[in-house]
Amino acid sequence: MSPAVAVFLKECRESLRDKRVLINALVLGPLLGPLLFVSLLRLTISHQREQADNPLPVVVIGAELAPNLVSALEQQGLQLLPPLGDVESAIREQRISVALRITGAFADDWRAGRPAQVDILYDSSQRSSGPQIQRLRTMLEGYSRRVGFQRLIVRGLAPSLSSGLLISERDLATPQARGALLFATLPYFLILTAFIGGMWLAIDSTAGERERHSLEPLLTNPVPRDQILLGKLLAAAVFSFTSLTLGLMAFSFAARLLRSQQSGMSLSIGPNVMLSILLLMVPLVLLIVISQMVVAAFAKSYREAQTYLGLLQLLPLIPSIALGVLPLTPQLWMYALPLIGQQLAMLRLLRGELVSLPLMALTTLFTVAAAIAAFLIAKRLYESERLAVNA
Amino acid sequence: MIVIDRLHKSFGTKTAVDDVTFSALDGQITGLVGPNGAGKTTTLRMLYTLLKPDRGSITVGGVDAATQPLEVRRRLGVLPDARGLYKRLTARENIAYYAQLHGMDAELIRRRTNSLIETLAMQDIADRRVEGFSQGERVKTAIARALVHEPPHIVLDEPSNGLDVIATRTLRDFLRQLKVEGRCVLFSSHIMQEVAALCDRIVIIAAGRVVADGSPDALRELTKEQSLEEAFVKIIGAATVERLA
Repeated sequence: MSPAVAVFLKECRESLRDKRVLINALVLGPLLGPLLFVSLLRLTISHQREQADNPLPVVVIGAELAPNLVSALEQQGLQLLPPLGDVESAIREQRISVALRITGAFADDWRAGRPAQVDILYDSSQRSSGPQIQRLRTMLEGYSRRVGFQRLIVRGLAPSLSSGLLISERDLATPQARGALLFATLPYFLILTAFIGGMWLAIDSTAGERERHSLEPLLTNPVPRDQILLGKLLAAAVFSFTSLTLGLMAFSFAARLLRSQQSGMSLSIGPNVMLSILLLMVPLVLLIVISQMVVAAFAKSYREAQTYLGLLQLLPLIPSIALGVLPLTPQLWMYALPLIGQQLAMLRLLRGELVSLPLMALTTLFTVAAAIAAFLIAKRLYESERLAVNA
Repeated sequence: MIVIDRLHKSFGTKTAVDDVTFSALDGQITGLVGPNGAGKTTTLRMLYTLLKPDRGSITVGGVDAATQPLEVRRRLGVLPDARGLYKRLTARENIAYYAQLHGMDAELIRRRTNSLIETLAMQDIADRRVEGFSQGERVKTAIARALVHEPPHIVLDEPSNGLDVIATRTLRDFLRQLKVEGRCVLFSSHIMQEVAALCDRIVIIAAGRVVADGSPDALRELTKEQSLEEAFVKIIGAATVERLA
C-alpha cells in the first residue's frame, strides 16, 4: 500500500468516527445552503405577492378637491389614509412610505380641460417602498389616459390619434432563465458547501494534528512528507466533494419544491446539470482544500485555524457579489479565473444553457494550474521545520 | 550503532545544541541525561531527522541522516516526547497505521501487532479506542507503534514520564529485552535513578554540551561519589559554573 493511501484511509476512518466532522461536513454543510436559500426565496415571493394583492394605503392630501380621481383610485385598491399634519417629515421618518398631494389649482385645471397636477411624495432611498410607488404611478397613469380618451371622444376625435406608438412588451427570458435570475447566488452556496465540507479535515490534519502532538511521531516514519500531505488532502477533498454532492441534491430537491408551488419561474437541476456541475467542481474542490490546508498550516491551534478558514470562505462571495451587483457581461477571460469561472459556468448551466467544451476546459485548466501551485506551496510549508515542532 | 559527531543547532540567537558528540552501541542501553532544557530533545529530534543540524553529522547503522533521512527513519523506532496517539482509533489501529506507513503487508502487520500486544501485556486494551486510556496504556501503545517494524535502533524521549511504578517496571523489563536482542537503545531522561538502573553507558548533557560520557562506574569514579545522583549533580554543577565563568 502506498503511504499516501494509508494516510488517506486513516484520515477517512478517523473522521467518520468524529461526530463533529460528520455533522458539519455531511449534514449541516449540505443543508445550510438550500435551507437558507429556500427560506429567503419564500420570504421574497410572499412579500411580493402580499404587496400586489393587498390594498395600497396612501395618505391623500386634498382628497376633497378631486373626488372623482380618488374614487377611481379606490376602485383599483387604493386605501385612503387619514391626512397627516406634516406629510414630508412623516415620509422622511419612514412612518408612511408614500403620499399623494392634490393642490388647490387641481379643480380649476380639471374643469378647464388642462392637465391637472398631482404630486407623488416618496423617499427613493427607501427601497422597500419602490413597488408601492410604482403601483400608485400606474394607477394614476391609467386614470389619466382614460380621462384623456374620454375628452377626445367628447370632441369627436378618435382616441387612437393620441397614440403615436403602440408599445407591447414581450419578455423572452425562458421560465428557466427567469428562475436563474433569482438563483444567481446558488453557485456561491454550492462553493460554500465545498468549503465547509473540507474545512474540518483540513484543520484536523494540520493544526489539529499538531495541537494533539501527533504530527511529530507521524513524521518519524520513513515517508516523504508530500505523500502524507497528498493522503490528507485527498481525504479532505473526498469529504468536500461528498458535501458538495449532497448539497447539490438538496438544492435539486428544493428547486422541485419551489417549482411546484410557484408558477412563472422554473429552475430544474436535473441529472445532466448536476453531473456537469460536479465535473466542473472537481478541480475547484482540490484547489479549495489545498488552500485550506495551507492556511491551516499557518495556525498555531485548532481555534486559530477555524478563524482563518472562516475568513477564507468569504472569498468566493466577492465574485458572487460583483457578478450580481455590477452589470458585467461575462468575458472569455473571466472563465479562466478560478472561482469566477466556475460560478459563471454554473450560472449558465442553471439557466439551462450549455457550456461549451472549450470553455469547460479553459476553466478546468487554469484551476488545475492554480491547484498545483497551491500544492507546491503546501509542500514547502510541510517540509519546513516550523510545521512539526510546536513553536 | 548510532554515531553523533560535533552536532550543532541554534534557534535564532539561542544555541540549543553545541558541539555534541557521542555514540550508542548495539546491544547496549545508552542514557542521555541532563536537566530540563539541556538540549536532549533537540538532539534526538535531529537524530530522527525532524530537525536539520546546523553543523555536524549523524549516522544510524552506517547511514548518513543528512543525505538519506528516509533510510535513517526506516532503521529507527522512535518514541518522541509527544506521544500523539489518535484517540478515535483503537490501540491496534494506531499500531497498524504506522506499520502501513512502513510499507508492511497485512499479514505481517497482523503477526507483529499481535506479538507486541502480547509482549506489552495489552490484550485487554488492544481493541479499545485510545480515548480514555491511562498514561501507562498510552505509552505502551506508543511504544508498540514505534517498534512494529522491528527497528534495529530504538530512540525514546523521556519514556517513563508520567508512568506509575508498575508501568515503569514493565517498561524497564521491555528495554532490557530489546538490549538482549542485540538492539541499540538510546533514551533520554532527567531522572538519575532510572538511568542508573538501566544503562550501560551514560551521556550527560548540560546547556547544549556533553559534559560527561561513560559507564555508571566510570562516572562514579570520576567524581569520587558513591551515588550516581550525587555524581550527576556534581558534574552538572561544575559544567554550569564553567559556563558562567
